[in-house]
Amino acid sequence: MKRWLPLVFFMVLVGFFAKGLFLNPREVPSPFIGKAAPTFSLPVVGDAQKAFSPADMKGQVWMLNVWAPWCVSCKVEHKLLMALAESRTAPPIVGLNWKDKTREAQELLARTGNPYVAVPDDLSGRVGIDWGVTGTPETYVIDREGIVRLKHVGPIDMDIWQNKFVPKLKELGA
Amino acid sequence: MTFRLIQQGFLTAFLALSLPALANEPAIATPTVPSIAQPLFADVAIETRLTDLSRELRCVVCQNEALSDSPAELATDMRQEIRDLMTAGKTDQEVLEFLTSRYGDFVLFRPPFKPVTYLLWVGPFVFLGFGVVVWFMALRSRRTFQSAPVNSAQLAAAARLLEEKP
Repeated sequence: MKRWLPLVFFMVLVGFFAKGLFLNPREVPSPFIGKAAPTFSLPVVGDAQKAFSPADMKGQVWMLNVWAPWCVSCKVEHKLLMALAESRTAPPIVGLNWKDKTREAQELLARTGNPYVAVPDDLSGRVGIDWGVTGTPETYVIDREGIVRLKHVGPIDMDIWQNKFVPKLKELGA
Repeated sequence: MTFRLIQQGFLTAFLALSLPALANEPAIATPTVPSIAQPLFADVAIETRLTDLSRELRCVVCQNEALSDSPAELATDMRQEIRDLMTAGKTDQEVLEFLTSRYGDFVLFRPPFKPVTYLLWVGPFVFLGFGVVVWFMALRSRRTFQSAPVNSAQLAAAARLLEEKP
């Protein structure tokens, strides 16, 4: 037994390292989970007179998708968001245009379709910092009371949608 | 013809503007301002604080780089945010609270000592202590090493061998 001890110790260590190797370093836990979503008021892409504020969504479960026209993985995700919006299987999605030109966002949405109920325009990126955004795309799920329930970093694919979002949305009764 | 007139006009204007400057120009160009680049920021004290603080902060884009060193666009924005907070009179501690409330303890290169980080902070010392214990045990077992028992016949044989002349 005693002679196997170093090997056992080594295997445990290897186990830890193997686990660490397959963790996604981008998956940083958001300090907002379970806390009230940060408020803001931003003009909307396509209609600068109109403003969007998270308070407008109170009473319903909704998602905030942080994207930008230049972002390639957002384009990949866009197809799924379109399908979700068309089939009405997802709660309303708000698309925060993060640090990119208003006109480009408008043109891209006109060309490829608009899955969003509103596209607030965060030109300076300040709202992004308030929400703890580290890059695009990022998606948050906010419940009826305006509390952040889920954050996903990176594009959503069907697998992530089915296994991460759907159970959470069911739980929230969306 | 009009072109000529315009051309002449420009020439006179140019001469009129540059002549006083030329007249003031000393024969040998001696710079009146020391040839050191002017700082790009308004407040040196705040910039120093910003640099010191952002060395302790992680850039959330290029995760193993300090916020002070990162050329990422978001890092530039975050430094500007910190600069604004400092200009507004916020202390370093308040700036750190602002950032950790948004990005979590992850932005701190020196995570705070709390239950989730106990193992992180104490772990290395626990391992060191464990190593020291193993080391001492190994030393002790060597010191208390028992030689195999010998009987008188073997001792006699050894004595005989020692006395033998080569």
